Amino acid sequence: MRPFLYERPTSVSAAIAMASHLEARHVAPTQANTQFIAGGTNLADYMKLGVAQPERLLDLNELAEPALRQIETNDDTIRFGALVRMGEAADNNEVRRRCPLLADSLKFAASGQLRNMASLAGNILQRTRCEYFRETSWPCNKREPGSGCAAMEGVNRQHAVLGVSDACIATYHGDFAQALIALDAVVEVEGRRGPRKIPFAGLHRLPGDTPNIETDLAADEVIVAIEVPLGAWSRRSRYLKIRDRESYAFALASAAVALEMDGNTVRQARIALGGVATVPWRARAAEDALRGNALDDKTAAAAAEAAFADARPREHNAFKIPLGKRTLVRALLETRDMKV
Amino acid sequence: MNQAAPVPKENQGQPVVRIDGRLKVTGQASYPADIATANVAYGALATSSIARGKVSKLHTDDARAVPGVLDIITYGDMDQTDTPKFGNTGASSIAPLHDKTIFHDGQIIALVVAETFEAAEEASMLIRADYEDEPPSASFDSKGVKVEPAAGKSPMLQEDVKAGDFDAAYASAAVKIDQKYSTPTQHHNPIELFSTTAMWQGDQLTVHEPSQNVTGWKIELARQLKVDPANVRIVSPYVGGAFGSKGPMTARTAIVAVAARRVGRPVRCVVSRMQAFNTQTYRAETRHRIRIGASKDGRITAFGHEGWEVTSRPDPYVVGGTSATGRMYNYGSVLTHVSVVHADRNTPGYMRSPPETPYVYALENAMDEMAVALGMDPVEFRRINEPEREPIGGKPFSSRSLVKCYDQAAEAFGWSKRNAVVGSMREGDWLVGMGCATAIYPTASAPCAARVRLTADGQVRVQCGSHEIGTGVRTVAGQMAAERLGIGMDKISVEMGDSALPPAPVSGGSISTASVCSAVLKACDAVRAKLFAAAVAGDGPLAGSGNAKLEMEQEKIVASGGKSAKLSDVFKAMQIGAIEEYAEFAPKGSTPEALKKLYAGQAEFHGGDQDKDSVKYAFGAEFVEVRVNSYTREIRVPRVVGAFAAGRIMNTRTARSQLMGGMIWGIGQALHEATEIDRRNARYVNRDLQDYLVPVNADIKQVDVILVPEVDLDVNPAGVKGLGELGNVGTAAAVASAVYHATGKRIRDLPIRIDDLIS
Ligand SMILES: Cc1cc2nc3c(=O)[nH]c(=O)nc-3n(C[C@H](O)[C@H](O)[C@H](O)COP(=O)(O)OP(=O)(O)OC[C@H]3O[C@@H](n4cnc5c(N)ncnc54)[C@H](O)[C@@H]3O)c2cc1C
Ligand code: SF4
Repeated sequence: MRPFLYERPTSVSAAIAMASHLEARHVAPTQANTQFIAGGTNLADYMKLGVAQPERLLDLNELAEPALRQIETNDDTIRFGALVRMGEAADNNEVRRRCPLLADSLKFAASGQLRNMASLAGNILQRTRCEYFRETSWPCNKREPGSGCAAMEGVNRQHAVLGVSDACIATYHGDFAQALIALDAVVEVEGRRGPRKIPFAGLHRLPGDTPNIETDLAADEVIVAIEVPLGAWSRRSRYLKIRDRESYAFALASAAVALEMDGNTVRQARIALGGVATVPWRARAAEDALRGNALDDKTAAAAAEAAFADARPREHNAFKIPLGKRTLVRALLETRDMKV
Repeated sequence: MNQAAPVPKENQGQPVVRIDGRLKVTGQASYPADIATANVAYGALATSSIARGKVSKLHTDDARAVPGVLDIITYGDMDQTDTPKFGNTGASSIAPLHDKTIFHDGQIIALVVAETFEAAEEASMLIRADYEDEPPSASFDSKGVKVEPAAGKSPMLQEDVKAGDFDAAYASAAVKIDQKYSTPTQHHNPIELFSTTAMWQGDQLTVHEPSQNVTGWKIELARQLKVDPANVRIVSPYVGGAFGSKGPMTARTAIVAVAARRVGRPVRCVVSRMQAFNTQTYRAETRHRIRIGASKDGRITAFGHEGWEVTSRPDPYVVGGTSATGRMYNYGSVLTHVSVVHADRNTPGYMRSPPETPYVYALENAMDEMAVALGMDPVEFRRINEPEREPIGGKPFSSRSLVKCYDQAAEAFGWSKRNAVVGSMREGDWLVGMGCATAIYPTASAPCAARVRLTADGQVRVQCGSHEIGTGVRTVAGQMAAERLGIGMDKISVEMGDSALPPAPVSGGSISTASVCSAVLKACDAVRAKLFAAAVAGDGPLAGSGNAKLEMEQEKIVASGGKSAKLSDVFKAMQIGAIEEYAEFAPKGSTPEALKKLYAGQAEFHGGDQDKDSVKYAFGAEFVEVRVNSYTREIRVPRVVGAFAAGRIMNTRTARSQLMGGMIWGIGQALHEATEIDRRNARYVNRDLQDYLVPVNADIKQVDVILVPEVDLDVNPAGVKGLGELGNVGTAAAVASAVYHATGKRIRDLPIRIDDLIS
């Protein structure tokens, strides 16, 4: 690992001030010299591997603002402070009672040790696990813009089939983000430009020609909270994660589903798909296909077809298309049958 | 049944707790990289990013500029040493710093030595190489591989076994199958990382490194460094998982030793998990073609097994498991052939049941297919093909309790409740499948020495240069002494894992318990003989009991007539404080040089298929239940039952633990484990435990082990058949058969994943 400076700002404004260098305006946070660290389970790993090379780390764990560590629940929202640990949120009874999807997306992620360490803000910003990205001797457009993409013709079983570009097919692996995008969460950010609220769907960027730019954040912007609106759909919600082993593995395919039903008819479905796309993936076409219809095997299958209509497989990941579809069908039917 | 300490049955020893168990779980056991040393410097490897070609220029300036860097060992710096050899003790003949040729991805190109681990690592990442690279051949089917017959290339496979007229029998068989199977590349991934700590005191070199073969390494390291073996000591008191990976010495050991000599300080190099994938050994991928022919009533008349295995360019590493598969059933005729495929890869090496795991997987998956083709119950199919004698040489089995294993495991598993119709068993959204397979492992032993000391106060010290790699051998060696000398386990200490101790063979091939216990037994018997003679002597405490049968119990010598004498009184009569005996054990059939070779670090294996009078194998039967989700097709394994017969069981606790761990590994081999190779570059891509999957706790539900009583005094004086490698043989085939039963899909290429079942 390369040597780096390590500092611990004690307020959000101090953190922003320390991060506000000239370059912060021009480069993505993951390429900046100064980077934030929270649980470190993603960033420290990539620093050891030489993938991330910040010269200066700002540790957010000393920030004094209490709201950063709180979960506030009320009738129409849940607000998570950015430094809340995954484990705390997963084990929070109110969160589970009001919206099982949120709790399960965290509970089925990583391992107990990681969930104790990792923050929610760090979780949604976690970077891909693409094997070629993780190892600096391979060409990788995300790590080294313009160098090529080793995964495209390589071992790409884990890679995405939705939202891919000719430059990058890396999967966004996080689970919590699928819940957040399905539930229309809002990310609260503070930075040199002042505070702003980003709809979750606007946080991550498709790889396009610039897979190195992963989010809409500036390098001096700190996520302070994530707010999730609640509604008629929240309790009838579910996260189904399919993986190679029963725990401690990323999703091969997952589905975040929340349903607003009128008897057996779908008033509004909220659907996101994990493990199959380059960014947190809202399946609007599937939602549209279900709206106003009875939810049964047939309509669920039609929704799944719609969700994967634009899928682009590579050599080893074509199975993700049928798997993703069936995951969604199963998740929809299981959510329909939930007793709430 | 599923208890940690099974109640011993006939010919089974007590479930004594591991004598080092508490030390290990409380973090007090010092593994080789934990040994405290003053003034240690740290080493980090730099490795190649190509698999084939030449290093034309190495750039080390940036690395040298890192503060704290003391030295960089690279091309030219090893010239005063001899190159590594491929063989029993050496992992590979590839001599990374002697030769700028690159034979495989991740080959060592330098070792950086620095004041801190961090500086060494940082500097190692700054080393850059210019290469003249050539397109590499990754594996089977790659352009440029060299395929050659394996027989005679390695001691593991002298010749392709055969019997009768396979071609005719197969041609005329009423029912037959002809199928291909494959197993992927696998890496051991023990939790303890690989490491070398080398320190010189004058011309004395001590190396702390996790090892399954301290004596062999001492000799081999001395040869490479051109020093007197008497000046080299290898120390490895605890090993945090080995599975064969710490059997052969790799090139790093000598490089670190040279570094320590150059910087004049101890040097410790802990290899990263990623680098271990390339700089250590592994199980190479295998392919199989199996042909079985049988009569309509299920009697096998022809068995053909062809195998292909990948190895490196220079080294003919062969596992050749046809010796076991060719002897498994009453085949009538047998034809086998093994080929090695030389590719641009690091040299593979032993991995828990090296030949049997892949070869028996193929055989047993095929046996299940054959049972289906015959419309026969797979257990019944195996039962009616149970041989009287092994089919290749017509020799008897020293003992063979396979049918008993099937009976007991089937009963415990509830096999009779299985509905044979494919896809017929279901629970909710889950398809249920059940399958079974045979486990087999050759029973061998090798020459071994041990020293046993008994003091007047009843303390026993056992010393043997074998290795506690997690199997429990330290405990069972102590148990052997405790039983023979009538001393409680709390007064027994056992020293192992040091080349300064009496030499033991490599801890591989499941020979350790048999070899070590036979040597300890012999040393104990010599101690007993001295004590007995003194006890019954004219002035001894048991004078006049000369014709009685004597035993040692509870720190006493007990005569068959009922008279007894306290141990301390016998010592008093002898006027000595301790008896120490050094014993050498050599298995039946050993050559006259066998013991001399032991001291030279070469183990002469006996048993298995090698002996004249009989073949010696341990057997087991494994049953697996799987669940496959009817929508998303993920596979879960709620239940495994295995019954095993392995001669005398020294300790039912450690035996169960070995067999259970083996079956769990077998589940991993069936469903999870695979090293992915980028075929364009012959490079491994999933070099960490995040992407190289092994089962986690949540994957393993009920695993039951049945220890079937068996007595076999033919195998060795201790009556012990090794079982460290028995458990994971067959498991993957049982899983594959269960998946077939659940889904109707026969998966022949491991691992079995959702990908195979979803479309
Ligand atoms: C073996 C393994 C398995 C895993 N399995 C799963 C899984 O199954 N599902 C899953 O979802 N995840 C999984 N993870 C990922 C894990 O959840 C993330 O590593 C973790 O959530 C990151 O949180 P952190 O606080 O440690 O982030 P850090 O590593 O501290 O930071 C990650 C990134 O976020 C930025 N950052 C952090 N906080 C802020 C903030 N407040 N404002 C702005 N930027 C910020 C950092 O600069 C950095 O770029 C796994 C990780 C590992 C190592
Ligand atoms: S898929 Fe993306 S992250 Fe992976 S190698 Fe290609 S460019 Fe890099």
